[in-house]
Amino acid sequence: MSQSPATTPPAPAEAPGYNPRNYLNAESGVASWLLTRDHKRIGIMYLVLTTVAFALGGFFAMLLRLELLTPGPTVMSAMSYNRMFTLHGVIMIFLFMIPAIPGVFGNFFLPLMIGARDVAFPKLNLLSVYLYLVGAAIALYGMVHGGADTGWTFYTPYSTTTVTKVVPILLGAFVLGFSSIVTGLNFIVTIHTLRAPGVGWMKMPLFVWSIYATSIIQILATPVLGITLLLVAFEHAFGFGVFDPARGGDPILFQHLFWFYSHPAVYIMVLPAMAVISEAIQAAARKNIFGYRAVAFSSLGIAFVGFFTWGHHLFTSGQSTLDAGIFGVLSMFVGIFTAIKVFNWTATLYRGSVKFTTWFAYFCGFLFFLVFGGMTGIALATVALDVHWQDTYFVVAHFHFIMVGSVIMAWLAALHYWWPKMFGRMYSEGWGLVSSVLIILGFNATFIPQFLLGNYGMPRRYYSYPERFWPLNVASTAGASLLAFGFLIILVYLLVSLKHGRVAGPNPWGSRGYEWMTLSPPPPENFLEQPTYPRPPHDYSDLGAAEVTHAT
Amino acid sequence: MNELMRRILFLPEQGSAYAREVDHLHFFVISVTMLSAALVAMVALAFFIKYRRRSETQSTPHVEPRPIHEVLFIGIPLGFFLLWFAIGFPLFVKLQTPPKEAMDVYVQGKKWMWKFAYPGGPNGMDVLRVPAGRPVRLLITSRDVIHSFYVPDFRIKQDAVPGRYTQTWFTAAAPGRHQVFCAEFCGLGHSAMLAEVIAMEPAEFDAWLAEARRSSQPAAQDSPEDRVDPRASLVEQGRALSAEYGCFKCHTVDGTRHIGPTWLDLYRKQEPLKDGTTVVAEEAYLTESMMDPAARIVAGYQNVMPTYQGRIPGPEIAAIVEFIKVLRTDVVRAEPSKGPVYVPVPGYDPTRAR
Amino acid sequence: MRPEAYVAHHFPNLQQQEHAARLGMWLFLATELLLFGGLFTVYSVYRFLFPETFVAASGLLDVKLGTLNTVVLITSSLTAALGHHLAQHGRGRAAALALAATLVLALGFLVVKAFEWTHDFHEGLLPGRYYSYRELTTPGAPMFFVVYFLLTGLHGLHVILGMCVLGVLMVLAWRGSYDHGYSTPIELGVMYWHLVDLIWIFLYPLLYLI
Repeated sequence: MSQSPATTPPAPAEAPGYNPRNYLNAESGVASWLLTRDHKRIGIMYLVLTTVAFALGGFFAMLLRLELLTPGPTVMSAMSYNRMFTLHGVIMIFLFMIPAIPGVFGNFFLPLMIGARDVAFPKLNLLSVYLYLVGAAIALYGMVHGGADTGWTFYTPYSTTTVTKVVPILLGAFVLGFSSIVTGLNFIVTIHTLRAPGVGWMKMPLFVWSIYATSIIQILATPVLGITLLLVAFEHAFGFGVFDPARGGDPILFQHLFWFYSHPAVYIMVLPAMAVISEAIQAAARKNIFGYRAVAFSSLGIAFVGFFTWGHHLFTSGQSTLDAGIFGVLSMFVGIFTAIKVFNWTATLYRGSVKFTTWFAYFCGFLFFLVFGGMTGIALATVALDVHWQDTYFVVAHFHFIMVGSVIMAWLAALHYWWPKMFGRMYSEGWGLVSSVLIILGFNATFIPQFLLGNYGMPRRYYSYPERFWPLNVASTAGASLLAFGFLIILVYLLVSLKHGRVAGPNPWGSRGYEWMTLSPPPPENFLEQPTYPRPPHDYSDLGAAEVTHAT
Repeated sequence: MNELMRRILFLPEQGSAYAREVDHLHFFVISVTMLSAALVAMVALAFFIKYRRRSETQSTPHVEPRPIHEVLFIGIPLGFFLLWFAIGFPLFVKLQTPPKEAMDVYVQGKKWMWKFAYPGGPNGMDVLRVPAGRPVRLLITSRDVIHSFYVPDFRIKQDAVPGRYTQTWFTAAAPGRHQVFCAEFCGLGHSAMLAEVIAMEPAEFDAWLAEARRSSQPAAQDSPEDRVDPRASLVEQGRALSAEYGCFKCHTVDGTRHIGPTWLDLYRKQEPLKDGTTVVAEEAYLTESMMDPAARIVAGYQNVMPTYQGRIPGPEIAAIVEFIKVLRTDVVRAEPSKGPVYVPVPGYDPTRAR
Repeated sequence: MRPEAYVAHHFPNLQQQEHAARLGMWLFLATELLLFGGLFTVYSVYRFLFPETFVAASGLLDVKLGTLNTVVLITSSLTAALGHHLAQHGRGRAAALALAATLVLALGFLVVKAFEWTHDFHEGLLPGRYYSYRELTTPGAPMFFVVYFLLTGLHGLHVILGMCVLGVLMVLAWRGSYDHGYSTPIELGVMYWHLVDLIWIFLYPLLYLI
């Protein structure tokens, strides 16, 4: 490992290649997993659960794209199609995008990165997993039994008057919200109170800063979604009329309440992705980040300003022109923080020592798609342009560029960067590069046609469409098949590596992130001896000096 | 150039001058986006090549940004973003500000069709005829759930919200046909809820409008089942429909008790129900009585009323209810009206300062 | 048990752990405020849209009972705080009695609420489509009662939850768990109770007084 001599974990000559007593095998039996309080095991449980959820949501996506292969009915009825895009959205957002990176990598690496032995409230951490399971079960039950056809946005009055059963899905999402809140609360307290001596606020890994900002949004925004979904459930069940004009209610009030959560929610999804990228770029370039403070504070900036921009989802809804102006200009400001990060990440390569790996390939994909997805977001915020694009495939492409192009690239980068640490094994780099190319190309092929479809005028959530939209839809479906194929390959070689992968050793990448200062896989108590932190994370300025790294 | 960029970006034809202005802003934004993405990619590629790892033990310097870097990283994007906002928002305000001389058309979205009505007639469904070159203001509402009136060729869109009117406007540059989509998910027929704007030569439009108003039948009637003409008195139609549906077999209009409660003074009456509670006979209750008569039966009457669920369409129910509403004993007045009467709200004294 | 025995393996010392526990509870209270915040927003919007009707509907609630409940709840916060103070000084049994008093007052609050709600049901002052009160038929009246029942209902649910938490703490205090200077759980439970009280202090004037 490339560690300075001042750190205390075992010296390279004595460090076991594969840690024989690690968090995976220290205790055995199903009960030891179901009742664990080890943040690393909880991270692995989230990994399994969110991967299953992603597969399910992706399956529905493939069915949607299949239906859209022809202008008229292809493989399903309109009702099935409507329920399917609702399922796709609800599963992907609430069961994957929101919990995945914090639940898996936040849980696994946050304590390791700050030199702690666990999160502040390990039992609450376990509770968050069970809340996830219960919420998922309720929502899936609802989906299977006459489930909702409202879209994941549940706009009233359609959602309060539809014949499909929305209440179970609403309740499921409500419970899932609590899982999110508990995770966020745990992380904030952990960061405040469990940083080891030497890990000051300005020396924390940047991953921690972004997770911190994410957690703030989680605890402040999610309760508002909770109460809003409850109101819709009550109205659907009891006709209270909060959003029903016939009873004095206002349907647009729902939109304001809903987007007050759901806009910050997109930052819950993207900030952890940015957290991963900040770590990965420093390790890939073997260089300290260009502008630590800027990147750290921009995360807080996104969290703060992001709360004041929700009205840009309502430009065509009938809100006042003044509101449109205010929300439009604030949305411009929130884009600046992302711009800062993009420039700082790119500038980190300057005078670095850059090596191309699978996870660096995902960094490249992330960067490119974030610029495009982000800029199209700015374009949408330019009020007059949004009028043409609102509720069309342009918006669908924009958010998929961020959610798939950025967040999922970051998820894959995290998986491939941290796999050796989590499981002590290396995967096949060749297959990794092949699938990264498939994914990046497949992604472009799927979603660039959707930008063009939106420009052309095709609205979203359309079961059938006029013939002139046909070719672009076929192109998009073809791309989606490539994407699916890419994901399947990744699943296979990662699983294979668990048994047959080369032993990784404590630090195959030679990274100086704090989380690498322990064995692979980590012992149950995280460290055999408490590390000390004389230097900031990712400080490679004395590399030429003593040690030989475990080079790959 | 405009045409080239429009085609590359798959934008539909620019059916109005406003559409062209929107597209120009679009081209500006997308060009800068493409350029900056290419720039970032090239810089990253250049750095990657120049600073690729040559040995495992090469060290890297600790580099800190200088203030000028952050100023540029923030200043340049912010400058562009605010510039685009400064162009885009006034353009939006323009869209929200119909000219005074605009011709009004009422648009009503309902599952799953668009209905249009000109003040003074006629009304129509799924086809909106407008004069080219003259501004047209659309006053949009919905009968049931939120829909959205979207004309890609004009780059306009406005949600149709139940319970209120929203507005938008456009000026078709030249005669032509322009497709209309519903852009807010509204159920099974969402993607079938298509309509068309037909821009006509002004003279032709005027001629068509005059002809449509002149014709004795209600022009371009709505769905075949929909016989209510909003131009004519709803009350008159309600009276006719009540007779047609056989309501007068059981309900009287002169106060006489018959098989069912009389309709005279029925509206807003406190009706005591069979189960001991009381209901205020407003539109909701009257409509419910037609759809589900057994739900709440007036005390002293039998449960013999058949249900009209599925037999009477919405507009006809509205007409019948309107008819019931005018059946009040105090409607017949010998002397002229003395003006509106304000009923005090219990517990609220407007003269008391709060 | 000695306080040091309560330190979990991942905390360096007791002070750190107690600090973390308090911070965690403050964050949780923040989430509760935002949960109610959504309902307060709904109240504000409809009050703005139906000003006179909301005033009139508010007049139909029983201010005397509302005031009584406010006094009861504030007093219960006092007894709860007293309970924590006693526990901090190692007087577990006295603390348990103070918490018992809190529970009794809380129960009183719920009983009064039950009276109010029953009266409202009889009068027809019900939410949304169930509203059937004859003397106030202007639009917005059913909406007032939607907001009223949702706010007081959600608050009542939190009262019941708080009572369960305080009940458990009371039993543990009686059994001597907090006799040796470690009283953080009681502090956290009492903090939650104060939040329940605080929310009512906002509900009361908005629903009853204006």
